[in-house]
Amino acid sequence: MSKILITMFCLLLVSLVPMQAMPETDLTADEFAELVSQLHVKSYKEKEAIIKKIATIKDPRKVPILQRMQDGELFYRNADKKIVFREASAEQYRITDVLNNEDLGLVDAGDIKKVKINNKLRRVIRGIIARLRLQDEDAGVRLTAVNNIVKNINASGAALLHDSLPEEQDEDVREAMKTGVALMDVLSEDRPVRIAAIMILGESVLPAARSRLEDILEKDDAGDYVEADAELRQLARKGLDKIESRLNVYQFFETAFFGLSLGSVLLLIAVGLAITFGVMGVINMAHGELMMIGAYTTYVVQLMMPNHIDYSLFVAIPLAFVVAGLFGIAIERSVIRFLYGRPLETLLATFGISLILQQMVRSIFSPLNRSVATPEWMSGSFEINAALSLTYNRFYVIIFSLLVFFFLLALLKKTSLGLQVRAVSQNRPMAKAMGVRSEWVDALTFGLGSGIAGVAGVALSQLTNVGPNLGQTYIIDSFMVVVFGGVGNLWGTLVSAMSLGVFNKFLEPSTGAVLAKILVLVLIILFIQKRPRGMFPQKGRAVEN
Amino acid sequence: MLAKTLFKRLLQDDRGGDRMLTVLIAVLVVVPVLNLLVPEDSVFHLSTYTVTLLGKYLTFALLAIALDLVWGYCGILSLGHGAFFALGGYAMGMYLMRQIGERGVYGNPELPDFMVFLNWSELPWYWYGFDMFWFAMLMVALVPGLLAFVFGWLAFRSRVTGVYLSIITQALTYALLLAFFRNEMGFGGNNGLTDFKDILGFDLQSDVTRIVLFIASGLTLLGGYLLSRYIVDSKFGRVVIAIRDAEDRARFIGYNVEQYKLWIFVLSAVLAGIAGALYVPQVGIINPGEFSPLNSIELAIWVAIGGRGTLYGAVIGAILVNYAKTYFTGVIPEVWLFALGGLFVVVTLFLPRGLIGIFDKRRKRSREVQA
Amino acid sequence: MKTLDHVRETMRRDQVFDFVAEGRYPLSGFRHTVTPGEIDVSHGTILYVENVTVSFDGFKALNDLSLYIQDGELRCIIGPNGAGKTTMMDVITGKTRPDTGRVYLGQTIDLTRMNETEVAEAGVGRKFQKPTVFPEHTVFQNLELAMKTDKGAWTSLLAHLSAEQLDRIDEVMQLIGLTEQRGMQAKLLSHGQKQWLEIGMLLMHDPRVLLVDEPVAGMTHQEMDRTAELLTQLAGKHSVVVVEHDMDFVRSIARTVTVLHEGSVLAEGSMDDVQQDERVREVYLGS
Repeated sequence: MSKILITMFCLLLVSLVPMQAMPETDLTADEFAELVSQLHVKSYKEKEAIIKKIATIKDPRKVPILQRMQDGELFYRNADKKIVFREASAEQYRITDVLNNEDLGLVDAGDIKKVKINNKLRRVIRGIIARLRLQDEDAGVRLTAVNNIVKNINASGAALLHDSLPEEQDEDVREAMKTGVALMDVLSEDRPVRIAAIMILGESVLPAARSRLEDILEKDDAGDYVEADAELRQLARKGLDKIESRLNVYQFFETAFFGLSLGSVLLLIAVGLAITFGVMGVINMAHGELMMIGAYTTYVVQLMMPNHIDYSLFVAIPLAFVVAGLFGIAIERSVIRFLYGRPLETLLATFGISLILQQMVRSIFSPLNRSVATPEWMSGSFEINAALSLTYNRFYVIIFSLLVFFFLLALLKKTSLGLQVRAVSQNRPMAKAMGVRSEWVDALTFGLGSGIAGVAGVALSQLTNVGPNLGQTYIIDSFMVVVFGGVGNLWGTLVSAMSLGVFNKFLEPSTGAVLAKILVLVLIILFIQKRPRGMFPQKGRAVEN
Repeated sequence: MLAKTLFKRLLQDDRGGDRMLTVLIAVLVVVPVLNLLVPEDSVFHLSTYTVTLLGKYLTFALLAIALDLVWGYCGILSLGHGAFFALGGYAMGMYLMRQIGERGVYGNPELPDFMVFLNWSELPWYWYGFDMFWFAMLMVALVPGLLAFVFGWLAFRSRVTGVYLSIITQALTYALLLAFFRNEMGFGGNNGLTDFKDILGFDLQSDVTRIVLFIASGLTLLGGYLLSRYIVDSKFGRVVIAIRDAEDRARFIGYNVEQYKLWIFVLSAVLAGIAGALYVPQVGIINPGEFSPLNSIELAIWVAIGGRGTLYGAVIGAILVNYAKTYFTGVIPEVWLFALGGLFVVVTLFLPRGLIGIFDKRRKRSREVQA
Repeated sequence: MKTLDHVRETMRRDQVFDFVAEGRYPLSGFRHTVTPGEIDVSHGTILYVENVTVSFDGFKALNDLSLYIQDGELRCIIGPNGAGKTTMMDVITGKTRPDTGRVYLGQTIDLTRMNETEVAEAGVGRKFQKPTVFPEHTVFQNLELAMKTDKGAWTSLLAHLSAEQLDRIDEVMQLIGLTEQRGMQAKLLSHGQKQWLEIGMLLMHDPRVLLVDEPVAGMTHQEMDRTAELLTQLAGKHSVVVVEHDMDFVRSIARTVTVLHEGSVLAEGSMDDVQQDERVREVYLGS
């Protein structure tokens, strides 16, 4: 083991050579252009010399060019050896001058040649770019650069970090740099250096830090510790424990976050049902298909505005609400209104409608899944540290579902429509006698629940595949949420959705996703046996009968 | 002789059932003759494929009777009856799997192929005994029955009724669907159980075995029908209907409503399990898809179309809808789901008593005209 | 408060009589013995409703209600809407569990621990406000189903009617005047006939206590008279508790009237006494 380490160390020392500090000189822009235009030379040695010279010049065009070269995306024109970028365009390539971005027109593949590069050059360029990034003015860029170096830490990288440390002002960047340095220091022969490094690694959450400490505690085949120094081992053990407990905390937060986001999805798919089922007592098995309609509405909206994907959701949400709502009103007027008071029949009829809607979508859009694009602002994630990062789309789903929920709540509690809905649901004949147009209220309520389903569909289109089976996948879940929370109680639906989501996610690590889902289902089934009216039942005489 | 009088008594007030059973018996005689005795090039020859298809319909008819017992007569709309059907099917499938023996791809005498594939070294305990036919048959009835008993006991005792019950039965079959998809369950996961070779030593592919299975399905349907007829005609049946129509009244005159519901539910589950067991050797496969909630709810529409609350209505509904399904999915598949969905709507809106209701009305009218 | 509870506990009817009167002491010769399940009416009272409180979401439907029904008595219970009449019936028949208080049938049977079926088996019959019969069954079958016999699921699978049972059905059919409708489906009966059929079903079950909720609602005058006759015939052999709104009807049958108001007893006595009562006039008769 130690032999291997030593060999590695030697190898790293060798690769350290090109990383020696090179102060930037004040060569002019002309000289920069001159150097760049020579990059087409055949000899790698010459190229290396040119690149090293380029590295010393302060010029904003430097990084892009080097980066392209590193990626093998730098070309020169056969005719005049001019160095160019190329952009694929139909069957030809569009080339531009790397120095002034001048459009040089379309060329065939044979008209340009790649600026070749070998591994050594690649390493040199990587070092240069890393260094440049480390000196960037933006602390965020510097941090990313440090993290990139730390990800594939080696001796040269560590040395680079070590050199940059004194000038660094930003605390976060300093921490990251220290950790990077410590990752290599811990392998050194110098005991005080190793101790210091172990202490630093104990504060980190990087997987690499953890595995370095674990290496110290490794045993060989005979069962003896590879590391002879007992004190070091003890320190490493302590550091490792620290890391573990910190990771556990992060893990907990992450799981809770996942749980809440799953809960939000459940809330979204169930809250419309909470209206139609909970308030009106209508079992709408086509609820899932109304979500599907919402999702397809998003798809169509994106088809119509392909250049404005970022804004497409803001168009899709109201549109999906209207489209699904209209479908809902049509269903209510044509079928459901004849079936009030016959819940089992309603269940079967709406199931029939769901089949029709599914087949309709298959006939119009094909049975295959359609892809719905995710706006830029929704992708990516919010990195709190190396162990904990929260994706934006989950964030938005949580916020969005709560918005929808409170919108509904306010609608039911504060508006006259809400008042009428509640009146009709509690005492239809009386409401009628008071002059409420109960038929109109029925249709609107059902439309509202359906519209919310459509809105949920927009959210689902960002999370899963959009296809004809989208609705079926969610219908049982949504009923479970409503029944578990207590029918007719919106707050119950909220609590139920969130707790089911969180519970599911906490179960998943130990059971796996499918088993977790089965367990949750079984648990709900058992719970309903215990409390047939859910967590927050409505009490009173009217309900009893 | 005794059988004949029993027959007569049971079908005394059941003209529709009487006719249906006559047709059934005729079919059971004619179909084997047309398949085995009529030469293949004759127009009257029935292919073995058709015989198997008919056999499949008969098992569906038995399943429909099972659902009709709980839904039509007791008012419990179970949307999980497909689960009992599938469990019976799996029990049969396990027997057939064990019969393959060394003829599997991996030639392991003990373990079915999929277990060898998963690197399992020994048979899970719950596969023990399934090499014996009688044991497997016992399980065909026992497993669905037991599940129905436990589930029903919990549900009815806590007065879960109506749509709530429908929803949780649906959740039940959904949970089972997910569970059987898992390879770790030991039931072949996604692919289920298939590649069966023979049953009781007879080759499953042979025409004669197919005919025997067809006749067995028919006779079981006949037996299931008569048993159900006896039950609904007994006082037990009248109590069950009473519970359907006025549950509280039944309770307040001293009937233990939960007990009645539980037993009719268990009986129905057992019938469904038997239907599943007859279905599997004829189609040659059982996979988790049979647990899909869609199947169970489609089953409800067979019964609704035929006319719930009449046993022969359920039989007729099952056979008609499945024939239509075979026809449509073969000729114009896109239309089938529209048609099925439309059926759901039309039947619930316009035919609360199913097709039987139309005929009854017409008969009544013609009688009035005569009088 | 605690002492009061304690006193109440020691005075609990079942326990007190366990101790004093239940024949556990064979030496005291005049004590009678009670077999389990039998209704002990040695004190003349068949139904004890004691300190029963039921609340729904804070609203007290019954508020410390106490009520005693004598064996063989015909009692009318009146009261304005929301006085707790139906809830009281629910409590007696085991449909609703009281928050506090007990209901005893005779001196030994605690009804609050039983479910509906057990209460019915113990000997309390109930007629609903809305006539509830089995619509798809014939009049005959309705009565057959209600017959007092073993009602287990397995027994009924093989059950056959004996000659005596047939006679009994005919007898009740005669009593409720539906002999001619014997083979008619119950859903085809008139409103009044349904009410009588329901009462007939209760009679088949032969309960000791009959709870009758608004028997004459929606009836014609002739039907009403017929019902009054029927109920008075029943009293004596059975204890009958009638909840009714119709004052004329109550006057025509009642010996003792209890007035409920806001979940407890406001007044009790003969119809005339009750009508004289100031408080009753105030809350109910509205003068």
